[in-house]
Amino acid sequence: MSEEPSQKQTEKQDVGKSVLNELTPQANKKSGKRRSTGQALLIPALAVFSGLVLGAILIILTDLQVYAAFKQSFGAGILEAFKTVGTAYGALLRSAFGDPARIIAALQGGDALEIRRAFNPFLESLVVSTPYIFAGLAVAVGFRAGVFNIGVEGQLFIGAVAATFVGYSLKGLPAIIHLPLAILAGALGGALWGFIPGWLKAKTGAHEVINTIMLNWIAFRLTDWLLAGPMQRPTSGGMPITPEVEASAMMPKFFASPIRFHLGFFIALLVAWLMWFLLFKTTWGFNLRTVGANPNAAKYGGMNVLVSTVAAMSISGALAGLAGANQVLGVTHSLAMGLSSGYGYDSIALALLGNSSPLGVVLASLLFGFLRNGATQMMVATQIPIDIISIIQAFIIVFIAAPALIRAIFRIKEVKAVENVFVRGWGGK
Amino acid sequence: MTPILKLSGITKRFPGVLANDHIDLHLDEGEILALLGENGAGKTTLMNILYGLYQPDEGEIAVRGKTIQVHSPTDAIKVGIGMVHQHFMLVPVFTVTENVMLGEEPVKPGGFLDRPKAAKRIREISEAYNLEVDPETYVEDLPVGVQQRVEIIKLLYREASILIFDEPTAVLTPQEADELFEIMRSLAKQGKSIIFITHKLREVLAIADRIMVIRRGAVVGETLPAEADQNKLAAMMVGRAVNLEVEREESKPGDVVLSVQNLMMRDEINQIAVNDVSFEIRAGEILGVAGVQGNGQTELVEAITGMKHPESGSIHLLGKDISKSTPRQITESGSAHVPEDRQRDGLVLPFPIYENLVLCTYYKEPFAKGFVIDQEKVLDNAEELVKEFDIRTPNIATSAGSLSGGNQQKVIIARELSRPIQFLVASQPTRGLDVGSIEFIHNRIMDKRTAGCAVLLVSPELDEVLELSDRIAVMYRGKIAAIIPADQVTKEQVGLLMAGVSYEQVKQQAPAAEPRKRETTL
Repeated sequence: MSEEPSQKQTEKQDVGKSVLNELTPQANKKSGKRRSTGQALLIPALAVFSGLVLGAILIILTDLQVYAAFKQSFGAGILEAFKTVGTAYGALLRSAFGDPARIIAALQGGDALEIRRAFNPFLESLVVSTPYIFAGLAVAVGFRAGVFNIGVEGQLFIGAVAATFVGYSLKGLPAIIHLPLAILAGALGGALWGFIPGWLKAKTGAHEVINTIMLNWIAFRLTDWLLAGPMQRPTSGGMPITPEVEASAMMPKFFASPIRFHLGFFIALLVAWLMWFLLFKTTWGFNLRTVGANPNAAKYGGMNVLVSTVAAMSISGALAGLAGANQVLGVTHSLAMGLSSGYGYDSIALALLGNSSPLGVVLASLLFGFLRNGATQMMVATQIPIDIISIIQAFIIVFIAAPALIRAIFRIKEVKAVENVFVRGWGGK
Repeated sequence: MTPILKLSGITKRFPGVLANDHIDLHLDEGEILALLGENGAGKTTLMNILYGLYQPDEGEIAVRGKTIQVHSPTDAIKVGIGMVHQHFMLVPVFTVTENVMLGEEPVKPGGFLDRPKAAKRIREISEAYNLEVDPETYVEDLPVGVQQRVEIIKLLYREASILIFDEPTAVLTPQEADELFEIMRSLAKQGKSIIFITHKLREVLAIADRIMVIRRGAVVGETLPAEADQNKLAAMMVGRAVNLEVEREESKPGDVVLSVQNLMMRDEINQIAVNDVSFEIRAGEILGVAGVQGNGQTELVEAITGMKHPESGSIHLLGKDISKSTPRQITESGSAHVPEDRQRDGLVLPFPIYENLVLCTYYKEPFAKGFVIDQEKVLDNAEELVKEFDIRTPNIATSAGSLSGGNQQKVIIARELSRPIQFLVASQPTRGLDVGSIEFIHNRIMDKRTAGCAVLLVSPELDEVLELSDRIAVMYRGKIAAIIPADQVTKEQVGLLMAGVSYEQVKQQAPAAEPRKRETTL
């Protein structure tokens, strides 16, 4: 019942913009706030559930013992199928959260090392989640500001390079100065790598999707060269790896070996809170979100769209750089090409899953972190390949991206459409 | 005579809302029935039921005396019901022929498309019904009015005998609208039956054979054009007496607020859009800019509001040169802007109302303390303005995008007029709105004038300009053809100026008679 011709129709739609509109729930969100929070939680939860169910089916289909059992009898087959899934997901949960029986036994036994080992799976999951949080926030901030940063992976590496360099080249500094300096270097490195495509977009209109992808490759090859050249560890025997960072630049750990849990996780939570505050509580965030949601209205409202775009890309890059710095300073302590297991690409999924909200990204990152860590151990325990987790993650993303599927499966009525009719037609009377 | 179409007891409920409440309707052959109602009264719901897009909860539909079930638009087309949508369903990169035959392509033996055959039918149809169009042109090259003709041809090609027009004039210029009315008359004369959905009173009186008024989902009355006038229809529609004439006090122009000298602007394709335009607006005065859309009004407003910088010339607001200023600087110097396209420029649709209400002031006291936004103040501001400007919404957190057009416009009006301003640019402030909202917005603009604000009103609706303005500037091809005091000019004279006739000629042809009685806006 919209009663006027929208001039939008005549306007040539920017391809990237329309992709963004498809992807960001924020842009499609038409309903009131209350409704959308309910929906925002329901759909992801059901998506995760459906992903796990489909994962279970795949586990069954690829298990030879199940086939063997089905040859005996149908009942035996079903039983074996449930047993297989139970074993697999049981192992997954135990590896992600820790085995309750073992924890209790360890606490009763009182052996410090054994207690640490029993608790390690849970804490390790948090360690795995941490880079996801940073990287997911990077993409989410971009989405909010109307830019699609696909260059998180490259920015992550440049951030890692900068953090590593500051980490090993400065010597004799106290940790209270050295560590923040190294983290800051990581953020600045990433920010620079985000600034370039942001600036190119503002100045020349060059699309950030293209430029961030290209800058990824430049970042990878640049890192290659640095690792094999100027930044190579003298004692590496030709291996492309940097020297280890000074102990003063390492993230402090809270427990003794084998627990790797370090300060980075709390920094990630702090940064997530900071991003939430910036986006939703400050004038800067209002500016950025307005530019993201409607650049024309932003201009009309007196905002500088170009400056905002460059700022958003730089901030996004800085967050990606923090992911790299976190991995080097907290986990690997030196930089090699294997630093990232594709955090930059998973981060897009995380931002989507988290509805581009900082809290959502944190929850999504924890989910991915626990799944990843659990799967690593599951593979050891049950020989089910870790790739099953990639598939489950992929299913989850498909369901998130196509909520209509979830609605169809679970017969959720599309409240939004009705609400639209309601509000549009009746002014809420 | 059996009516060609009969709806009885049609009822449609949406959760919490009765969209259609036992609606009875009949349509005779060769009749033009106007379905009049405010936005959201249930007109479109009813037509969507008829067209098979919704299923009614109760009631039945009969065509030529036979009860039918309409489950989809395909069913509707089969029984001869066709709909011209407000937003055209055409493929821009296809020719007229291709668009019309789409879905019903004639084929030659071997499965090849028989375009000439389709084109021939289209020529026959366009001759029979006076629908001039070249079947070989691409739709994207056609003006909006002609695209609408293609939509009509599409229906006639499928041999529709009942044609539904959903707010067909919303996208048309006044001239195109007149042409459409001619077409509708000729269709009716040749036995087609027409349902014409609208909320524009003047159009109803001009074209309809019979008028049905719907309010809050129910039929509230039926009348004939001969027995009705605009005031009566407006009252039926809104449910209370509506004052279509704006109360106005004598204009007491004060100091010059805006002064534009020799302004030159180019448009997006680098053509000169505003050509050597000069004028002044004084405090307490409304200058109305009349003109067919696309004669430079958009660019003129862009220059004055800082959205685009002028090629040359100067713009002074309260004595300050603003030709190189940003929109924010201009806003801060006491200017407000109701933009032409509310959804494109004026609102952030996914944002809640409370954020839209601070779109231009979010960074200033009291809404921000330094860097941090004071949420409480923003919410209080919204609560106040929603009440004061009668914005109909479930709550202030509702997104702007889910409001009706009238309420969206009220959000903008509330935001812009609630600030202390000395200058207001209102560009098509009532485009596409219903009677109640128009009355409201016109009164608000008048209040600002009374309070000493200078107002630049730009509108392609000649009636609106005549109704509100103290002086009228007519724009034609980027130039101001004349600036005339509003009480010394007739509607016909402005119309001639809009069409490019020179002021000297206009004065000779029709010397201004006694002060014109202001006409209603609708």
